[in-house]
Amino acid sequence: MIQNVIDGVLTGSYLSLGAIGLTLVMHILRFANFSHAELLSLGAYAALVCDALVTALAPVLAIKLAPLSLTWALGLAIVLSMVLTGLSAVVIDRLVFRRVRERGAELSMVFASFGMALVIRNIIGLIFGLSPKLYSQEIAFATVLSFDPLILVKPDQVFVLLAALVLMFALHLVLSRTTFGYSLRAVAENPALAQINGVNLARTIVAVWLIGGGLAAVAGIFYGMSHQIIPVMGRDLVLPIFAATIVGGIGSVYGAVLGGFIVGLAGNLALLVLPAGYTPSVPFLLILAVLILRPHGLFGEARA
Amino acid sequence: MIGVISYLVFFATTASILAIAVLGLNLQWGNTGLFNGGVVAFFGAGAYGTLILGGAAQAGHLGGYGLAYPLALLGGMIAAGLMAWIVGLLTLRLRHDYLAIATFGVAVAFENLMRNAEWLAGGAKGVRGFERPLRSALGDGFIYNLLFFLAVLLILIAVYLFLERLVASPFGRLLRAVREDEEAAASLGKSPARLRLTAFVTGSVILGLAGGLYGTFYAFVSPQDILPTLTFQIWAMLIVGGAGNNRGAIFGAFLIWGAWTASGWALSRFAPVEAQLYTGSLQFVLIGCVIVGMLMWRPQGLLPERLVVSQRGKPPSVQ
Repeated sequence: MIQNVIDGVLTGSYLSLGAIGLTLVMHILRFANFSHAELLSLGAYAALVCDALVTALAPVLAIKLAPLSLTWALGLAIVLSMVLTGLSAVVIDRLVFRRVRERGAELSMVFASFGMALVIRNIIGLIFGLSPKLYSQEIAFATVLSFDPLILVKPDQVFVLLAALVLMFALHLVLSRTTFGYSLRAVAENPALAQINGVNLARTIVAVWLIGGGLAAVAGIFYGMSHQIIPVMGRDLVLPIFAATIVGGIGSVYGAVLGGFIVGLAGNLALLVLPAGYTPSVPFLLILAVLILRPHGLFGEARA
Repeated sequence: MIGVISYLVFFATTASILAIAVLGLNLQWGNTGLFNGGVVAFFGAGAYGTLILGGAAQAGHLGGYGLAYPLALLGGMIAAGLMAWIVGLLTLRLRHDYLAIATFGVAVAFENLMRNAEWLAGGAKGVRGFERPLRSALGDGFIYNLLFFLAVLLILIAVYLFLERLVASPFGRLLRAVREDEEAAASLGKSPARLRLTAFVTGSVILGLAGGLYGTFYAFVSPQDILPTLTFQIWAMLIVGGAGNNRGAIFGAFLIWGAWTASGWALSRFAPVEAQLYTGSLQFVLIGCVIVGMLMWRPQGLLPERLVVSQRGKPPSVQ
C-alpha cells in the first residue's frame, strides 16, 4: 500500500510534467494534441544521443553523481534535450500545425496531430530500432526504507520527484510573476483582445511550444530513467497525460500538476484491486468519473 | 487465374467492409463534425458482439447463445450503439476536445479489456467457434466467398443509400447547421447536443455493422484486430476520399486499402530481409504523411463535399 503510494507519486511527477505542456497547448491553440506524448519520446531519445555525444567529447563528465545513476553527462544531456525538443515542437508547429490552423480548420488540428503522432513514433522506431534502450546499463540498487512492510526507493526516483517539483515551481513563478506569464494567460483568455493590447500572438505560441516541449522532454527522460526508452512509449503515455489534463481541467496548469499525481496514484493503487493487465484502462475510468462528477475538471472552467 | 479472381474477391470484401465503416465515420465527422478517436472500439464492439451472440458455446467465456445470424449482427450493432450512447452522453455537451479524448480512451480501454478478460471474450486468444451463416449449404470454397462479397456489397449500397437519404433530409440539413454554427442552430430552437448524440450513435451503429461483418468474414476476432492502427486507416480513408461526401468515403476506402495492401506486398517482396521488421513502421510513416499532407494541401479530400441547395429558385423562364 505505502509502496504503491510512493510509486504513484513518482509516476505522477513525470505525468504532471507532460500534462502541463499539453494543457497549455490545448488551452491556447484549442485542440487536443495527440502528438504531445511523442514529444516525450523525442526528448528521451534526444537525451540518449546527447548523453553519448557529451560522453564521447568529454569523458571526464561520465562520472556518476553518487548515489544516483545519473552522470554529469546525462545531466547536461537533459538540458540539451529540453532545448532540442522545445525547438522540434516549434518546427513541427511551423511545418504542420500552423498551416492547418491558418486554413481555419480548427477541428482538423486534432486529426493532424493524430497523423503527426504516427509519423514521429515510427520515424523514431526506424532510426533507433524497436528494442528498448537504457541510459545506464548498471543496475540501480534500491534503498530499503523499511523492511516491514518492505518499502523500496531508488535514489534516482527521489531525484526525479525533486527535479520535477523544482521545475513546476519555476514555471509557477514565471506564470504568476512575469509580464510574459500575464500575456500567456491573456492569450488563453481572449486571443483577439490580447493582441489589441500589444501581445504578440505568434511569439506567445512559440513560447508555449518551447515550454511544452521542454517539459515534455524532461518527462520523457524521467520516464526513461524509471522504466526504459522504447519507440512506443508515446502510445502508452498519451492517455494518462490526457487524463491528467481532464482531471485537472483543460487549461489549468495547477490542475495538470494535481491531475498528473492523481492519475499516477490511481494507476498504482489500482494494482491493489485489479490485475496488472488492466492498468492501461485506469486513466479512462478516471476520465469517465471526472466527466460524470465534475465535467470541467478540478480547476477548469466552462468554455465553449 | 482463379487464384487472382479469388484474391480480388477477398480484397474487395475487406475493402467494402471498411467502406461501410468509413461511411459511419463520415456521418460523425463529415456531416456533423464529431471527432471519433476510437473508431476501433465501436467496430470491435460490433465484431465481438456478433461472434459472441451467434457463435457456438466456448469453454471459459461468454458465448454460445447461438442466435440466428441477423439477430447476432443486430446485437453487435446494438452493443456499438450503446457504447456510443454512454460516451456521447458524457462528452457531447462539452467542448470538442473531450469527445476526441474520451473516444480515444474508449478504444484503449476496450482493447485492454478484451485482451485481459478471458472470462468475457477469450482474452488474447480471441473468440473462435463461430459458424459463418449458410456455411453448411454453401461450403467453404470460392462460391461462398463470392456470395459473401455480394452480400457485403448489397449492405454497402444499402448503407450508402440510407445515408444519402438521411443527409438530404431535413435532419441532414440540421446536422450541417450544427456543424457550421451551433449557436445559430440553437437560436432556432434546435438542440445541438441531442442532434449530435443521434448522429454519433447512428454512425457508431454503422461502425458496429462493419465490425460485425468483419468478424463474420474471418469467423474470428481477437484483440489483434482492434488495434489503434485500424482507427488511423479508417480515418485516412475518409480524409483522402473526402469528408462529407459519401461517394468520397467509399472511394477513399478502396484507394487507401489498395495502397496499404500494395505497399505491404511491395515491401515484403523487395525490402531486404533484415529490414522486414521495420516495414510496418515504414507503412505507418507513409499513412501518417498521407493524412497530414492531405490536411495541408487538399483538406476537402479527393471528392469534396457537394454543397446541397435545399430550395432552388425556379430556372429563369425562356421566352
